[in-house]
Amino acid sequence: MLDIRLYMLQRITALIMAPLTLGHIAVMIYAVQGGLSADEILARTQGSIWWMLFYGTFAIAVALHGAIGLRVVVHEMLGLKGAALSAFTWLVAAGLAALGLYAVMAVTA
Amino acid sequence: MNDTGLAVSNLATATEELSVSVWRGDQSGGRFEQFTVPARQNQTVLDVVAYVQQHIDPTLTYRFACRVGMCGSCAMMVNGEPRWTCRTHVNNATKENRLEIAPLRNLPVIKDLAADMDPFFDKWVGAEGVHHPSRSRHDPIAPIDPTSAHRIEASEGIECINCAVCYAACDTVAANDDYLGPAALQRAWTLYNDAKDDGRAAILEAVSGKGGCHNCHSQGGCSHYCPNELNPMKAIAGLKRATTASFFGRKGNS
Repeated sequence: MLDIRLYMLQRITALIMAPLTLGHIAVMIYAVQGGLSADEILARTQGSIWWMLFYGTFAIAVALHGAIGLRVVVHEMLGLKGAALSAFTWLVAAGLAALGLYAVMAVTA
Repeated sequence: MNDTGLAVSNLATATEELSVSVWRGDQSGGRFEQFTVPARQNQTVLDVVAYVQQHIDPTLTYRFACRVGMCGSCAMMVNGEPRWTCRTHVNNATKENRLEIAPLRNLPVIKDLAADMDPFFDKWVGAEGVHHPSRSRHDPIAPIDPTSAHRIEASEGIECINCAVCYAACDTVAANDDYLGPAALQRAWTLYNDAKDDGRAAILEAVSGKGGCHNCHSQGGCSHYCPNELNPMKAIAGLKRATTASFFGRKGNS
């Protein structure tokens, strides 16, 4: 159900998310200090490849990490297994990635 | 009065009674049956089960052998908790003068209090919890340094008596049929650290599959309930470290 590949993928995505989360919180706190408006923030993020990479990486890491975690919960609590469990994992990963990347594109593209 | 005389005296004057609820049934289902047994000052849960079988209902089925905590065959659920019944004093297990005895959790029932241990031992083999010889009988015996880090790790787990108390205590086993469980994984970790075992790669492979050590949530039920006070959760953490090191191509702490 959770073999070493999924285990490692979940731990590695956690390692990626940890500094990105700290960076995200730090930027949020910094950005509101001077009273920046939404338009002013978007002016800084849109067209920035760095912010796109920052939040794009974040969104993909969240999608993989969350999908593996929910896979475990759904298997152990609801008894889902086999192909249905794999389908569930991929659907959650794809859904989270789509939602996350959609938001990233809206802010940085 | 000698010990024998004291025991006889206790038997003769026993007037207090204990209400015992014993699970009766088989794979198709069952229910708890009530029995009243004499309450002794000194008796184990296994003594109570034996009393029921010997004096009240000879059809009661249960399993035991050594009665001194060596063989690991008498484990049962006592008031909902897994215990080695031969070393569990009734006074330490009863709650409000109530004693409920059931077959081990997470295993199929053969009959009454006897659980089918096959899945438990199959998983030992599944975790490569078998000896992988490094030498033949014609070679000299491998020297063992009792102070080496590996030997200390191995020695921590060798007192396992295969009672399956940890297996019954584990919520991950309850929720995940494939999970090898704490006893099998601890055995794998013990062999992994044993200088006389030559199956390290096979062990890491066996514990890295979909029922492997990575499913452990580190809840610690195994270590909490182990009657020999072993620490399977620590052994599983060791396997996680070793498999992670192996995943990145390092030899790890081997």
